Amino acid sequence: MRATPVPEFMLEPAFDPAGSGRDALGLGSAAAKGLDVRHGTILTLEGINVSFDGFRAITDLNLYIGVGELRCIIGPNGAGKTTMMDVITGKTRPDNGVAYFGDTLDLTQMSEVEIAQAGIGRKFQKPTVFEALSVFENLELALKTDKSVWASLRARLSGAQKDRIEEVLTTIRLESSRHRPAGLLSHGQKQFLEIGMLLVQDPQLLLLDEPVAGMTDAETEFTAELFKSLARKHSLMVVEHDMGFVGSIADHVTVLHQGSVLAEGSLEEVQANERVIEVYLGR
Amino acid sequence: MPTALYRILLSLALLLPLTAHAGEAADFVAASPAKQAKLLESWAAQPDPARQALLDALQQGRVGVGAGKTAFLKVDGSWQAAEGQVVADGTPKTLRLNNRLRGLLANAQAAQQLLSAEPAQRLAAAQELQKKAKPSQLSLLNAQVAAEQDKAVRAALALALANLQLVDPDPAVRLSAVRLLGESGDPLARTRLEGLLAEGVESDAAVRTAAETSLAQVKRRLLVGELLGQAFSGLSLGSILLLAALGLAITFGLLGVINMAHGEMLMLGAYTTYMVQIAFQNFAPGYLALYPLAALPVAFFVTAAIGMALERTVIRHLYGRPLETLLATWGISLILIQAVRVIFGAQNVEVANPGWLSGGVQVLPNLVLPYSRMVIIGFALFVVALTWLLLNKTRLGLNVRAVTQNRNMAACCGVPTGRVDMLAFGLGSGIAGLGGVALSQIGNVGPDLGQSYIIDSFLVVVLGGVGQLAGSVLAAFGLGIANKLLEPQIGAVLGKILILALIILFIQKRPQGLFALKGRVID
Amino acid sequence: MTQALNQTLLARATAKLGPKASLAVLGLVLIALLAMPLLHLLPADNALHVSAYGLTLVGKILCYAIVALALDLVWGYAGMLSLGHGLFFALGGYAMGMYLMRQSAGDGLPAFMSFLAWSELPWYWYGTSNFLWAMCLVVLAPGLLALVFGFFAFRSRIKGVYFSIMTQALTFAGMLLFFRNETGFGGNNGFTNFRTILGFDITAPGTRAFLFFCTVLLLVGSLALGFALARSKFGRVLTALRDAENRLMFCGYDPRGYKLFIWVLSAVLCGLAGALYVPQVGIINPSEMSPTNSIEAAIWVALGGRGTLIGPLLGAGLVNGMKSWFTVAFPEYWLFALGALFIVITLFLPKGVIGLLRKEKDQ
Repeated sequence: MRATPVPEFMLEPAFDPAGSGRDALGLGSAAAKGLDVRHGTILTLEGINVSFDGFRAITDLNLYIGVGELRCIIGPNGAGKTTMMDVITGKTRPDNGVAYFGDTLDLTQMSEVEIAQAGIGRKFQKPTVFEALSVFENLELALKTDKSVWASLRARLSGAQKDRIEEVLTTIRLESSRHRPAGLLSHGQKQFLEIGMLLVQDPQLLLLDEPVAGMTDAETEFTAELFKSLARKHSLMVVEHDMGFVGSIADHVTVLHQGSVLAEGSLEEVQANERVIEVYLGR
Repeated sequence: MPTALYRILLSLALLLPLTAHAGEAADFVAASPAKQAKLLESWAAQPDPARQALLDALQQGRVGVGAGKTAFLKVDGSWQAAEGQVVADGTPKTLRLNNRLRGLLANAQAAQQLLSAEPAQRLAAAQELQKKAKPSQLSLLNAQVAAEQDKAVRAALALALANLQLVDPDPAVRLSAVRLLGESGDPLARTRLEGLLAEGVESDAAVRTAAETSLAQVKRRLLVGELLGQAFSGLSLGSILLLAALGLAITFGLLGVINMAHGEMLMLGAYTTYMVQIAFQNFAPGYLALYPLAALPVAFFVTAAIGMALERTVIRHLYGRPLETLLATWGISLILIQAVRVIFGAQNVEVANPGWLSGGVQVLPNLVLPYSRMVIIGFALFVVALTWLLLNKTRLGLNVRAVTQNRNMAACCGVPTGRVDMLAFGLGSGIAGLGGVALSQIGNVGPDLGQSYIIDSFLVVVLGGVGQLAGSVLAAFGLGIANKLLEPQIGAVLGKILILALIILFIQKRPQGLFALKGRVID
Repeated sequence: MTQALNQTLLARATAKLGPKASLAVLGLVLIALLAMPLLHLLPADNALHVSAYGLTLVGKILCYAIVALALDLVWGYAGMLSLGHGLFFALGGYAMGMYLMRQSAGDGLPAFMSFLAWSELPWYWYGTSNFLWAMCLVVLAPGLLALVFGFFAFRSRIKGVYFSIMTQALTFAGMLLFFRNETGFGGNNGFTNFRTILGFDITAPGTRAFLFFCTVLLLVGSLALGFALARSKFGRVLTALRDAENRLMFCGYDPRGYKLFIWVLSAVLCGLAGALYVPQVGIINPSEMSPTNSIEAAIWVALGGRGTLIGPLLGAGLVNGMKSWFTVAFPEYWLFALGALFIVITLFLPKGVIGLLRKEKDQ
């Protein structure tokens, strides 16, 4: 088993974008648990290229995400956002380039399952839950535990695990539908269930592809709060088109265009950037 | 050209009355069997066009013996004197030949045909003489080899001559014969040389060495023929697989429908051919040879109509549920098979090749390419080209591709998706019907015809990559050739199993088949 | 349309009963099945006597029911439609057949080998005169084949219809292989003319009754196993695998191990069913491996209701009962009926008879 419990205490101090305090934080427990984040970056993408039959989806992409950071990725359709997530989660192999999780795990050499077990969780663009199973069972399957065949044959939920599931059920406001089949949930509820599944999975890095699509304003607001509370304990990478949502959560925004990074900085900086205005926000 | 002139003179001689050779028929009839054998041998050594009528009559048992040992020939059912004006005295007795004499007669006939003006006939004669030539024909063969202009006939004659010379007492003659055999590419030459090299047959060391060299040469040439033959039957099998799989590639690749009844569309196409053949026999016997051509459009429309009917009644309701489609279409296939059994009977029906599809062309001594197979290879490529044009250059093709890529968007743009589905399914089934016409020309036509092709066709589609015409073509020919190359080494069944294992291993490397579209993961 | 179908008496009757009543029905069926071999032992003139034909027929159907259950584990729960389960069934049957052939041949070679003028047993026949080794083969032959095939198939993520086609090709290849005389399994004719099993006369009522009893036990055991699996987290992972394999992988589960486990388990169950089938029916030949047989098993599951445990048993019983009746009454029309069944079930009964009963209950 590669999966490691997140050392909660280690990321407890306030997020420091400059990264001065992180080296000290990362040393010790995180390194001992298999994910080495001594240099303060949880995800490193350098010089990534992906092409499909001649079409270059990603060109020479460089991206770094710091430990405990909440990064928003924006960009017009076809900018390569989803393909980038595919590369990080092992669904698509880059033609060349470097992709590291922490300082030591080479993502280009790991299978999807290994990557997930190492601590990268992903929410798909279209909410994907196990429709035939109940909400509770969905969370049970996602729960961080030994996921081998033999373990599953003998698995019983411990009291602590049940409490954790209940806790997340409350967080995502699905307590009352815990026994409903997930297939019967509304679109927004499915989004929340999928986020809940990510929470119980307890990954160090969460990739969220358009998490608020199809949500009401109130739900969106709630999600923004949720994400902000998650950051610091976890690192988040959020792809979103909803600028209001991005503005309410992001401290750092990356703009992708035609497969590479166009601009990076705070939302205000990015929105002021001439090139961004040209390609994305409209002339 | 002296030989041409010689041949013309001989042909003219044929026209001379039989009396020019007065006595031969009478001599033969009067002779004892031993003497008859001698006569035949001498005739075989010195063929004479004027003797043709007598030899033909002997072969067909039309020679009679009248009173006083006079010879009669039966012409149009009545006896006529072979020579002179002898009138039949009572009914002449038919002359019977024993087996030995009949063999000698065949030999004499072959020698006779060496003089024919037709290269094909001379070739057949030379091949006959390769097996049967007698030492007495040595000089005849020598003369013919020298005079022959046609390359193939000359090679065949040389082989016949070498066969004779191999048993010559003079080692020098044997040596030249062995060298001559080395230039041949005939399986017979290999047998002869191997016989010569067997323990205790040839004593002369030089001849033995030469024989070994020649044998190696012959074997090399034979190997080329064998490999070409296997490659050709591989291509032929590939073209059949292609015809069987092409329709499947359309219904599966473009519509995502697993049509287990696809094999039955082949079968219905073959039965349609049978029906068309019957119709021609009854209503237009004069044009019977053309029935396969007439069967093509009929089979296409019959199977396309059945396919469209199935699509509208059953398959339409199952889009997006491939496993259910698989089961439902299997049910359809059971019903179709049983229906054909009830209507036509469980036995195979007889579909005959027309003349222009039977026979073949001899490319190498051990390689004959049958016309039917060549036509089918060409036909398969023609159908592929037609399908490609239809899918890429017509409005229907555009619609089909649009529906394949985004059904909802296509519907919004005004593409009648339901109709397109139906037409595409009809097209796939119709192509299977065309395949059925081709299959009827080379195999048995029975209710189970389709069952034997369905698994192979699916393997072609899986291997080729879904929705890829080029992939299907390559996979079909690849599988066909691999099958035929493996067959002689390890047997047909083990070959098939090995190929299945190879496909499973291949899919490890390229899960989407040979030609797969890569793309972003859509979840 | 379907409403009319729904109104069948059976459906309404069962619908009114609660889950307790369903259990009671099951219990009654089980008691009846356990009583059958005992009734077979009664003298033939007794009114309650069950004939050898009847016992064999029901025993055969029970074996098929086990196959249906095994198929449902991989199809209904894990979503992989196998069209090659007949191969595993036949392999188990052939392993048992090898033992039975050795029994009837005594010290000599099995009859078909003498016929081929073979002088010694092929290596894979070694030890088959030992019942325990034969039983090991019953498990190992289908198990190992499933393991190897599954390993490669799941590794390359062959799924959906591709998987179905591959399994169908596999059983087709197996059939071709066993059709050859040189393979050493009796070619076309397979194995037949069995005499004794463990020294007992194979046609004796006691032996028949015991074999039938074993079949019922295996069925109940498989059912219990299936029930335990379906209730475990393993069962839920399988369901998740069926519905959203990608999601499951991003949750950190490796689907290959799960698929392989259930696939091999299912193959072994089929092998055991085949091993019980052969001595009861008295013959095994390569036609058991024909793709037609395997795909027919899929319709048993579909008719009963996949993803349920009782459904496949019900389906196997219904289809085979129909088949027995049709082949006697209207042999010409059986294939029409079977074909129509395939179409009707997929079009109108996607959840099978069990789904129909449940729907009725919900209303």
